[in-house]
Parts: sequence; C-alpha cells; structure tokens
Amino acid sequence: MKRLLAEFVASAIVIFARFLTAARGLWTAGPPDLAPKVFFANHASNGDFVLLWSVLPHRLRRRTRPVAASDYWLKSALRAFVGRDVFRAVLINRIPEDRTEDPVAQMLGALEAGSSLILFPEGKRNMGPDRLLPFKSGLYHLARQRPQTGLVPVWIANLNRALPKGEILPVPIICTVTFGAPLFIKEGEAKEDFLARAEAALRKLAETVERPPT
Amino acid sequence: MTLPHPDLAQLLLFLLAFMLLASSVGFVLQQRYSPDGHNQVIENLNDRIRAWWVMIVLMAIALIGGQFGTTLLFAFCSFAALREFVTLLDTRRGDHWAVAAAFFVVLPLQYYLIYIEWIGLYAILIPVYAFLLIPMIAVARGETDKFLTRIAGIQWALMISVYCISHVPALLSLEIPGYEGRNVMLIAFLIIVVQGSDVMQYVWGKLMGRRKIAPKVSPSKTIEGLAGGALSALVIGASLSWITPFSPGQAALLSAVIVICGFFGGLVMSAIKRDRGVKDWGTMIAGHGGMIDRMDSVIFSAPIFFHLTRYWWSVT
Repeated sequence: MKRLLAEFVASAIVIFARFLTAARGLWTAGPPDLAPKVFFANHASNGDFVLLWSVLPHRLRRRTRPVAASDYWLKSALRAFVGRDVFRAVLINRIPEDRTEDPVAQMLGALEAGSSLILFPEGKRNMGPDRLLPFKSGLYHLARQRPQTGLVPVWIANLNRALPKGEILPVPIICTVTFGAPLFIKEGEAKEDFLARAEAALRKLAETVERPPT
Repeated sequence: MTLPHPDLAQLLLFLLAFMLLASSVGFVLQQRYSPDGHNQVIENLNDRIRAWWVMIVLMAIALIGGQFGTTLLFAFCSFAALREFVTLLDTRRGDHWAVAAAFFVVLPLQYYLIYIEWIGLYAILIPVYAFLLIPMIAVARGETDKFLTRIAGIQWALMISVYCISHVPALLSLEIPGYEGRNVMLIAFLIIVVQGSDVMQYVWGKLMGRRKIAPKVSPSKTIEGLAGGALSALVIGASLSWITPFSPGQAALLSAVIVICGFFGGLVMSAIKRDRGVKDWGTMIAGHGGMIDRMDSVIFSAPIFFHLTRYWWSVT
C-alpha cells in the first residue's frame, strides 16, 4: 500500500517537474545502460535532484537513489515519506560527531546492491557568482573503493531561475540536464588531482549549454 | 457534444487527404534519396510532416470540441510559448513574483475572459492592466539594476505569448450576421493561410530561392520564396472563401495582410533569437524547434486579422 502510494507520488512529481521545466536529459556520450553509476551534479536549487531524477529513463530512475542530508529529510513525517519511500534517498548525517554510520560506507552499500546514486559534491547549494564550489572528498573515496563504477558529470541549467533560493512558488522556465562521459579514477591518482579532474569535467559540460553572455 | 459543422467536417477530410499525400511523398522521397537517413533536407521534411500530423489532429479535436476545447488548446500554446520566452530573458530573483503573476494570474485570466467573451476587458487586460501591474510587483522587490530591460522583457513575453496568441480563440466571440455557429472556420482559415504561406515559402525558397531578403536576420528567407509563398497563400485564401463570411476577393486581401504580418512576425522573432544567441526557441516539436518557432507568423497576424474582421464584419 505504502509502496503503491510512493509510486503514485513519484509519477506526480515527475509530471509536475516536466510541466514546469519541460526538462530533457541530453546524453552527450550516448544513452545510459542500467549498470550502477554515480551521477555528480552542480547544486543551486532544492529541486536539483528531483529534476535530474525525473529526466532519467524510467528503468534507470527506479534504481537511482539521491544522496541527501538526514537532518533535512527526517524532520517531519511527510518529508520522511517523500525522502525514504518516494525517492529512496541514501540519508547521510552531515554532522561528523553524531554519526553512527560512515556516509561513504552507506553509499558503497547502495552501489553494491545495484543502485545508482545522485551526488552533489559541492556539499551545499551554490549561491555565489562562482560556477562551482570546491568539491568535498566523498566522490574521491567512492571512486577509490569502486574504481569500476563510472562517475557521470551532470550539469543542471536554469533550475535556480525556476526556483530561486528562498522562494516557495516555482515558475515555469525551461531547464536542461546534460550528462557527460563517465569518469574513472586512475591507478594511484591523488585525491586533489582526481577531484580537480572531476570539477574540470563538470565545468566543461557547463560551457556546452550556457548561452554566451549578452 | 454536437456533430461538427458539415463545412468543418469537409475541411478536415480535405486536410486528411492532403496530409496522406504529403506523408506518401515524404515516404517515397525517403526510400529513394535517403534510405539510411543521410539526406538532411528530406529527413527534416519528414520530421515536419510528422509534426504536422500531430498539430492537425490536435487542432481538429479542439475545433470539434467547440469553444472550450479551442480556448484550452490555445491557453496551453500560450503557456508553452511564455515558458520559452521567459527562459530567454535575463530574469533574476527580483523578478520572481512578476514572472509568477504573468504565468499564474494574467495568462489564466486572459483565457477566462476570452471564454466568457468579455471583449472589452480581454482587449486591454495585458496592454493596460498587466502593463502597469508587472512593474508594480517588480518594484516592490527593490532591485533597480537593469530595471527597464527586465520589465520590458516580461511585458513583451506577455504580449507575444499570451495576448497575441489568445486572439486566435477570440475569433469565436465575433458575431457575424449570417455566419452564426461557424466562427470556428475563421480559425481554420487563419491557420491554414498562415501555415500554408510558411510551407509554400519554404518550398519555393528551396526550389528557386536566390536573393536573400534579410541575410543578417534570417538567412533562409529569399525574395523568390516570399513571392511564391505569398501568391500561393493568396490562392489558398481565395479558394477557402466558402468557409468564411468573405467574398473570394476579400479573402485574398485578408490573406495578403495575414501573409505580410506573418512574414514580419517570423523576422522579428528571428531577430530576438539572434539577440539572445539561440537557434530555436525550444525543442518541443521535432523538426520545428519550439512553440514560438511554429507560431511566430500566427502570433503577428492573429490580432490584426481579429480586428479587421471585427471592424468590418462583426456586430459586437
């Protein structure tokens, strides 16, 4: 019963997101297979993972789980239902002192079980003029533990205009979600080098969709 | 729901036959010249024909569905067009409520007024009330940087995407003596002349287009294409006079006005696209770009056609 309701809410959210944003997934490196992968994307709006999730092909969407903060998603029963049952988020604790589980271990567990992940390596929403904030190291640890898993850079364009920070009501603006070629960690690649490479891949993807400044 | 008017049924059957012919020609051309999808022109032509099927079926359902169906269909067209237009603006956080008002208040209200046929109000809702309301909402947020540009952009978006497009279903509220119950054919006339002119300009331009009219704005438009397309549209318009309250001569004259407005509409919308650095307004319809790409000629001709018809033929 709960499962059915979750499916229904999920479909409603996808339809709503498409209605507002007419969003399309642009697969620049060809259509995706179902193997577990980690989508890492820029983060400027609360709706980011919903949009990314809703442009995935149906089968892939059903096995893709966003990585999200437990302090936000467990605050009320409704949020917990949406976070846990609808999106089946991997909920991690942002505060190291309170942790009972290691976030990287949680994410690895999900990948091990055949799921794909949506991750925002900037760690929080980017409000500033910079295109990206410095990446947190979680992406590196995942790659180090599972070098066979492809890390797919994803650039989400325009959603921060449809739903700017601090606004409740989204307005219709066309958004695009661009998927790049998967990245793999190299033998013995240092943390800083790998994160710099991942960041560069995402920046490069952004340049392909941004309009020239006017 | 009542049966469609016999004239409408006849027109739709004619369109059906025409589309079957177009699809067959497209199929044969593809078999012969582009079996593996290499010929860009033929692939594009077939994309367009497929999109045409969808549009004609949607139009047919709406027209048969009467005033409610037609108004709803064009309300959705306006929504998609406004979404495309706003996407190309440089809106910022301070415009959020103004944009929300455009989408969630002005657009539904305009179409509601069209539906209840309150012509005195829907004719001025956007040029007067929304024109003043939008800057009032925006100024309350206090962001003054590029204020005039931002406000003008939103106002243009509303005029083009909502006001102009809404004058297509508004044709249903005209009262023309001796033409009762057939107003939906005015919409069919307008759309067929506009789109016929677009298609024939494309065909004539591909066949014998040489001299470019506006190379900087729209490199695909040629004098030969325009002349051939316009003349073809006049013939189409005159031959459709049986579905209108106009005589063949009047229908040809109105077609001329429609073609000229439509032509400049296409140019103006291209100029905006170039200014914003994009090739198409959107990607909604394969082969056609976005909603505004397909509607640009209708957008500019609908209000003019509405007012000319209203002034000379309607009693309201």
